[in-house]
Amino acid sequence: MPETPSKPAPAAGAPAAPAEVHFTVNGHTLAAAPGTLLIEACRAANIEIPSFCYYPKLSLQAACRMCLVEVEKIPKLQTACTTVVAEGMVVHTETPTVHAARKSAIEFILTNHPLDCPVCDAGGECELQDMTFRYGAAVSRFDEPKRHRDEQQWSPVVYYDRPRCILCYRCVRVCGEGMDVWALGVGNRGILSTILPNHQDHLECEECGMCIDICPVGALTSGAYRYQTRPWEMQHVGAICAFCGDGCKTTLGVRNGVILRGDNRDKNGINGDFLCVKGRYGTDFTRHPERLKSPLVRDASGELRPVSWAYALETITDRWRGIQAAHGQFGVIGSTRCSNEESYQLQKLARRVLGTNHVDHHRSADFPALFDALAQPAGAAAQPLPQLADSGALKTAKAVLLVGGDPTQEHPLLAWNLRWAHRLAGASLYVLNRRDIRLRRQARRMALLTHGTEADAVRYLAAPQRGDPPQAELTAVSPPGDKRWPQTPPSTPQPIPGGLEEFRAELAQERDVIIVFGPELTGDAVQALVRFGASLPGHTRYIAMADNANSRGAADMGLYPDLLPGYLPVADGAARAHFAAAWGGDIPAAPGWNQRQMVEAVDRRELDALYVVGANPFRLDPVNAANLKSCFLVVQDLFLTETAQAADVVLPALSLYEKSGTVTNTCGEVQSQRRGGSFEGAKTDMEIIHALARLLGADFGRPDADRVFSEIRAQVNGYDVSLVQLMAGRGALAVPRDGAAPRQAAPQMIRPNHDSLFTAGTLGRYSATLNAVLEKHSRP
Amino acid sequence: MSVFSPATRDRFERLAASYPQPRSALVPMLLYAQDELGYLPPEAIAEIAALLGETELAVREVIGYYSMLRTAPAGRYHVQVCTNISCMLRGGEEVLAHCQRRLGIHNRQTTPDGMFSIEEVECMGACAWAPALQVNYDFHQELDPAKVDEILEKYRRQG
Amino acid sequence: MAERPAYPAAHPAEVRVVSQRFGDPRAATLAGYLDTGGYQALGKALGLNGGEAMAPEAIIEEVKKSSLRGRGGAGFPTGLKWSFIPKGGDKPKYVLCNADESEPGTCKDRLILEHDPFAIIEGITIAGRAIGAQRGFIYIRGEYRYVLDIMQRALAEAYAAGYLGANIRGSGFSFDILAHTGAGAYECGEESALMESLEGKRGIPRLKPPFPAISGLYGCPTVINNVETLASVPPIILRGGDWFLNIGLPKNGGPRLFSLSGQVQNRGVYELPLGFPLRRLIEEVGGGVLGGSLKAVVPGGSSTPIFTAEEALGLNLDYDSVGKAGSFLGSGGVVVINDRTCMVRFALRVMQFYRHESCGWCVPCREGTNWLQLALTRFHRGDGRPEDVDLFTDVAQNILGRTLCPLGDAAAMPILSIVRKFRSEFEDHLHGRPCPFAAESSAVPVA
Repeated sequence: MPETPSKPAPAAGAPAAPAEVHFTVNGHTLAAAPGTLLIEACRAANIEIPSFCYYPKLSLQAACRMCLVEVEKIPKLQTACTTVVAEGMVVHTETPTVHAARKSAIEFILTNHPLDCPVCDAGGECELQDMTFRYGAAVSRFDEPKRHRDEQQWSPVVYYDRPRCILCYRCVRVCGEGMDVWALGVGNRGILSTILPNHQDHLECEECGMCIDICPVGALTSGAYRYQTRPWEMQHVGAICAFCGDGCKTTLGVRNGVILRGDNRDKNGINGDFLCVKGRYGTDFTRHPERLKSPLVRDASGELRPVSWAYALETITDRWRGIQAAHGQFGVIGSTRCSNEESYQLQKLARRVLGTNHVDHHRSADFPALFDALAQPAGAAAQPLPQLADSGALKTAKAVLLVGGDPTQEHPLLAWNLRWAHRLAGASLYVLNRRDIRLRRQARRMALLTHGTEADAVRYLAAPQRGDPPQAELTAVSPPGDKRWPQTPPSTPQPIPGGLEEFRAELAQERDVIIVFGPELTGDAVQALVRFGASLPGHTRYIAMADNANSRGAADMGLYPDLLPGYLPVADGAARAHFAAAWGGDIPAAPGWNQRQMVEAVDRRELDALYVVGANPFRLDPVNAANLKSCFLVVQDLFLTETAQAADVVLPALSLYEKSGTVTNTCGEVQSQRRGGSFEGAKTDMEIIHALARLLGADFGRPDADRVFSEIRAQVNGYDVSLVQLMAGRGALAVPRDGAAPRQAAPQMIRPNHDSLFTAGTLGRYSATLNAVLEKHSRP
Repeated sequence: MSVFSPATRDRFERLAASYPQPRSALVPMLLYAQDELGYLPPEAIAEIAALLGETELAVREVIGYYSMLRTAPAGRYHVQVCTNISCMLRGGEEVLAHCQRRLGIHNRQTTPDGMFSIEEVECMGACAWAPALQVNYDFHQELDPAKVDEILEKYRRQG
Repeated sequence: MAERPAYPAAHPAEVRVVSQRFGDPRAATLAGYLDTGGYQALGKALGLNGGEAMAPEAIIEEVKKSSLRGRGGAGFPTGLKWSFIPKGGDKPKYVLCNADESEPGTCKDRLILEHDPFAIIEGITIAGRAIGAQRGFIYIRGEYRYVLDIMQRALAEAYAAGYLGANIRGSGFSFDILAHTGAGAYECGEESALMESLEGKRGIPRLKPPFPAISGLYGCPTVINNVETLASVPPIILRGGDWFLNIGLPKNGGPRLFSLSGQVQNRGVYELPLGFPLRRLIEEVGGGVLGGSLKAVVPGGSSTPIFTAEEALGLNLDYDSVGKAGSFLGSGGVVVINDRTCMVRFALRVMQFYRHESCGWCVPCREGTNWLQLALTRFHRGDGRPEDVDLFTDVAQNILGRTLCPLGDAAAMPILSIVRKFRSEFEDHLHGRPCPFAAESSAVPVA
């Protein structure tokens, strides 16, 4: 118990046996699965049992003594958080004795808790305040000096105020058990006890802020938010995180339209308890002083000058009409951070209004290859549908194969769920990677490739008879209870004869495997992976990992030169006819250029207009500035990116947090959100697209996300998801493909960012908090 | 490079191997490390953590818990005076006061020459021979002021 | 340059069983131990002396028959505790000897460890045989360094002579013992905290269940007994449970060691049959109260509720009698208090101890002991208020029975009994009056 997590106690939510036990609480007969904790059974029956230290799915502490209840035939009060329900148990939770015990526990906690609630960040959302209000005494009998200790700053985002700390150890456990970071501990003894950071006076950790989030009081506060406002002055708006592809819910704290924080206050998103550093602290890019506030048009002297919206839009459409009249070439590059509705309307604008299939986005996963492979008759016959797993499925998975990628850095929610499955469901994790990634600590087996690529290894797993096996060392997993971080213990390679053969043989023993794969697999390697997956027993499901908040949505909505929404081939006449009917106009038949080909066309002076929405392609594919002169470049974005700096017209756009719409995470979970913050001077990408369409004579209707989503539901393969589920704030899995998609000609266009926990392309560069964290972590 | 003598380092390795789980050796190792170094400096903590495959945080958590372990130096002769009930009833508090007067330092202080430090401690299991004190690990029992003077003088002479 | 007082000859009232070798220099070596009857019990248990080996169940049965109860404080029947260890199973089993003697007023285990180390080793080995363990640990409090040295020398000798290690004396039974040092923590005397500590962690008590018999050290079935308990085992095996039982009272088998300290003439550690009258212990064995007349007696270490002189003098020292009188026999630490001692100051000193030793894990103990110490300090200083007296009781009541481990009760019980039984002394400190005992120190200087 000292390190708190490894207490040999029944874990909350231990696997339940089929039968139920019956017991009585306050005269009501209740039933629960054997092994259920009394506190959980009561809460499920709406019988409130207060607690501080108890937290679902974390190890049991029995420290705060708030949950003491009377159990008949046991003389002492019992902690409901550690008592397992038993047949015939008779429990009382509302007797004078229990009330007195709660009152006393509050009184004890308050003896050394400063009553600085008026200036405490947690004031108004403090569990101790609430409990004192509900269960505490009206007066304090403690009249001795309180212990004081100065507040400590442990990182750019974590502050610790020992006097406020009630030592519930939630932070220690969530950091260790939940995050596998183990950066917090307990120091000293008795009344001097304190929470310790792992480096004496500071933290070295993932800066996820889970410790702050889970703190029931204001002992741990956020450097990014503290002392800015009072919680009741903010509106709390649920949003989908604008950063990685996992689609966590972050609740925006918005005051007068300004987003002051992201947090996880209701914990009812697909991410449950989890939120990472970006989702929590990255929202401050919306407040960055360099945010574009007005459209800019390059004047005769070559300078970008602020202009009115009307002038900017007319400047664009005048030029575009001219290029159309001259039969010039248009290119459109969409965003991985716009809503589905915007991506859908953007490619509609390109295909139906500008008449081009030169449409693309920054790709980071080969979704078409996956859906194509899944639609193969062999695979389809062997596997029931759907063959896609949502993020939550990882939590209850029996076995997971992780090929490539580094979820800890790039997909923190998937990593959290994988650790959850390992810790609470005993899932077997198999890792195949060239790098010794951190999830190896949860792996049952890791194949650490010493030569060759993940793609080579997957091809070998799918068809071992061909060629020499790629060389891999099967490594032992971390010893249980290992808390060393960030260094994983050095690999102890076990030279197992057969290498990957052994790995495959072990996997073949598993059933219902979920395969999660990174950008290392594209094209035929994805096909091979699905062939291998189909050979495994049970129902194999897949998750492809793509970088950004709506990378998956951009793909699903047809931001491809050769694919229409729902991965229907442009070259397929029936598919074209379908959308031509829906959009009221023809679609060009020939597949267009991809992003790199468009940029190359700029360099050849063959592209006459390029419209870039929420992307920064010139970072990846730089162009010669001289060649840009013959291309009319329009960029809409939040900031003056490298690409925007080269533009003829720049349009200030609103961020994902400032608009309503749907977003699809990397697993395919569609989620809906309402506008959170606002920003004077900028417009949503949809408003801009619709305005441009209208000026070009096409009526896209009101720029209303709900209306466009209705069209998407009707027209796009797999998107007829449950509206009820969406409105309830849950993810609805879109399974977009039931027929073969053409092989992508350009697997080299899968270009992942390899973001770390603290980087996120343009948005990250404009987040003061992420930069502060990054700076701290890059110091030697 | 080890902060410990080769003999101590050897002893640690043997100790770690003598338990079903090496971590069990942590508390004894810390105490023996302190015996050798006078306290537990960061380098010692780091070395012990590495030796046992634990984090420094885990080691610090443990150090903070045990009252005999310290991360700052004490005097060469650490005078630990019991004032718990059996000693109190026989003059333990007076012994403590006498030590403080004689050495010119307060509880938890060290003489300027680094020779002595004083700590009021809890029951040391000398109740029937109270009042008692320990200098480092050596017990001195059935004390009175004159005997305390004699004891302190003996240590002082020992240097 | 540590001092080792010579051990006095037995008082006529004593029945020396675990103290049979106290003061006998021969017991320091294995040869001497063998000369004084050592290892005959293990010989009997393992059938080394020609006889048949005892079945493990028979060993447990004999211990049950002796009615030996734990000498550490809780007084749980030892044989019953051993019988909780599941038979068979894959996991190793362990015997732990709790030599973390830290209860104020208790200094008896130190003497066994010092004067008769092999008896403890023999007792642990027999316990190991009884429960099917192959490994034992002796957890010695860090302050007892010289005791650790003694024990390690004894262990080395026992290994060298084949009384420990593989195939003990050709019996086919293998057993290892390691002596382990603590580093200053009263709480590690609590069995599960001791296991945490022995695993190299902070000594925070564990949740129960599971109990140590199922999941103890390293999550394995574990028996943990006090030093004196284990040292009582060889005589019980050798001479039979009935013999031991008959020394004491029904359900209170044997003699036990009492640490007599405080304001009494002949302080010391005495082995007396259970049921021995406290009056005789103080007046006859102890030679009477020193420096005044009797005011109060702590019967079993600082955590046990205190008795007034009147209560004490009618009391017999066995588990059940002391229990019936509202306290505990505890660790057998009898502390005698004369009538010139301030009970407020006494209560404060007790609370200072528990505040210092609270592990801090759970709220009532951590915050309650701190509160009481602060309030008692203020009160004793002369800044008390009339309502404080009830507050002390109230705060202690709020600790009592609501903590994770028994330390909370240990802190609460003495203050509750002191306030109840010596309330007038608290009232005498009120209204700015100085401590009525301040003029003369109650402490009795050593003659």
